[in-house]
Amino acid sequence: MDIHEYQAKEILAKFGVTVPAGALAYSPEQAAYRARELGGDRWIVKAQVHAGGRGKAGGVKLCNSEHEIQEATDAMFGRKIVTHQTGPEGKGIYRVYVENAVEFTREIYLGFVLDRSSQRVMIVASSEGGMEIEEISASRPESIVRSTVEPAVGLQEFQAREIAYALGIPAALTQQMVRTLQGCYRAFRELDATMVEINPLVVTADNRILALDAKMTFDTNALFRHPQIAELRDKSQEDPRESRAADRGLAYIGLAGNIGCIVNGAGLAMATMDTIKLAGGEPANFLDIGGGATPERVAKAFRLVMSDQNVQAILVNIFAGINRCDWVAEGVVQALTANPVDVPVIVRLSGTNVEEGQKILAKSGLPIIRANTLMEAAERAVTAWKNDRKQNTKMRAV
Amino acid sequence: MSIFLDRSSRVVVQGITGRMAQFHTKEMLDYGSNVVAGVVPGKGGETVMGVPVFNTMKEAVAATGCDTSLVFVPPPFAADSIMEAADAGIRYCVCITDGIPAQDMIRVKRYMMRYPRERRMVLTGPNCAGTISPGKALLGIMPGHIYLAGNVGIVSRSGTLGYEAAQQLKDRGIGVSTSVGIGGDPINGSSFRDILERFEADPETHVVCMIGEIGGPQEAEAAAYIQEHMTKPVIAYIAGLTAPKGRTMGHAGAIISAFGESASEKVEILTAAGVTVAENPSVIGETVARVLNKRAA
Repeated sequence: MDIHEYQAKEILAKFGVTVPAGALAYSPEQAAYRARELGGDRWIVKAQVHAGGRGKAGGVKLCNSEHEIQEATDAMFGRKIVTHQTGPEGKGIYRVYVENAVEFTREIYLGFVLDRSSQRVMIVASSEGGMEIEEISASRPESIVRSTVEPAVGLQEFQAREIAYALGIPAALTQQMVRTLQGCYRAFRELDATMVEINPLVVTADNRILALDAKMTFDTNALFRHPQIAELRDKSQEDPRESRAADRGLAYIGLAGNIGCIVNGAGLAMATMDTIKLAGGEPANFLDIGGGATPERVAKAFRLVMSDQNVQAILVNIFAGINRCDWVAEGVVQALTANPVDVPVIVRLSGTNVEEGQKILAKSGLPIIRANTLMEAAERAVTAWKNDRKQNTKMRAV
Repeated sequence: MSIFLDRSSRVVVQGITGRMAQFHTKEMLDYGSNVVAGVVPGKGGETVMGVPVFNTMKEAVAATGCDTSLVFVPPPFAADSIMEAADAGIRYCVCITDGIPAQDMIRVKRYMMRYPRERRMVLTGPNCAGTISPGKALLGIMPGHIYLAGNVGIVSRSGTLGYEAAQQLKDRGIGVSTSVGIGGDPINGSSFRDILERFEADPETHVVCMIGEIGGPQEAEAAAYIQEHMTKPVIAYIAGLTAPKGRTMGHAGAIISAFGESASEKVEILTAAGVTVAENPSVIGETVARVLNKRAA
């Protein structure tokens, strides 16, 4: 789960990381008022969206007067911001964060991630802050410093010092840097984060170490023990269909194609999408309805997939193990009888009692296209979608 | 032979009184697995389908000699249960639980290191379907009858995709020595490489079928191991060619976040290591059959 920059800064400040003075605003007037409260004569206005790359997309503005702040925020509110991390639909701006502008002499990249090779928390830092880590690893890989944390004892001071020296932090600021690194690690550890990123962490003109930006992502599996973090969830930053699905216990991701997928199991769901692509189609979504594939879940899945206007055919691929195919087939028939759909439906069942399941689908009288293998199902889905599209175009032409 | 699990395995089910656990305990007993104990704190003295329940793992080990454990405990308590199994001297543990916090798994893995290698428990999962040595024993939630006994080792991150492979093999009359689910989580007990080492050493396994997906370094690490150390042929399938970058595809661990983590990169790395890669999931069975025939010829 992602949170906003201002929320991440509030959290990190509690763990001893120094951040610039700032305040949140929900309107241009409020933003100008916040600037007056903060004092000073130069401010940074930052759109609060769950995505990196805001600066290039016009989401960060340096302002020299309250008037400029009003103008800048007026242009931001209600707008969608599109960066390489948001997808083409972008993310809406509903809050801005106003901060005093800071003069700095150096920018550092600092990230804490779950490293899957060592299966530990890893610190990744670079003296080349300001750029994204992907760019740094492409253009200045030798500038990257890595250090893994032994989970039983946590981040030791000597490790933090080593990082500070490797980054060339001025000697007088070593202790501040150590405090910053240990604060981030404690926040990561105690709040079950999966990522903490400060980019840039700067050395200011008046010799302080300051987090100019901050990003935190949390482990959704651990939210049960952090209710105060769970409350920070901002649904305005999520795809509405994905949030609805998540609230119903289904894993759904919307994609750009037209063939909707209903599958049990995440691996099989990805395999189904891949096979559709191989057969010449484009999947409209990833959807894992869970191992069990109960009739209720199948019905929910049909409603969810059909809520995507682009869907022109649906491929159902269920491996029925302990729940037999005949039982899954009954579920599909029930769901389609109660909520008929106006696009071709292709069903492929495999596993236990597959013949019984096929018979139930055939006898139902519903226009279900059946398939034996996944490749066959994908080919039939692509053909059905193409034929259906032709008919629709003809109807529109008449 | 088979790996991890055979007729002599004495199984304890942790969390046996839960609804799911009871259902699958019955399935395992019906399959012929030797389930000798259950452990649920506070429920010691009860029985579930004739299986005695104990309060602690140490009691269960002392009373029944169990050496193999299956964890069905809810996510907030699962890490604790795995560590309890490791401390009680269990040899092999499968954790089915989906949704364990990643940092709990970091702690579990660190904890297990405290035991010397010869006494250290092997963990597979969490968030997996379990392990089966067909005709011998089943430890997990998979449907036992889709597996024939034979000489193909299966190792898979995904549950249902592993079933798909087993069913395709069965349809061709090809059997399985052991099928191991390593699970869909980012921090897991055993990697592909760990399981491949076991299959390489197992005389009953002649070829290995490995089913991976996007996210994480373990397919690439497996490729390096295969190239340097494996004498047995490996067939692989990798799911997620169409998965967008930076999105979690159902499994917590299925997310492309670094180089070498996309499906096409994994296919490339495995192919370069001499692995036969099935281009789509419908041909996993026939690809294994082809490799087996070539080996026999």
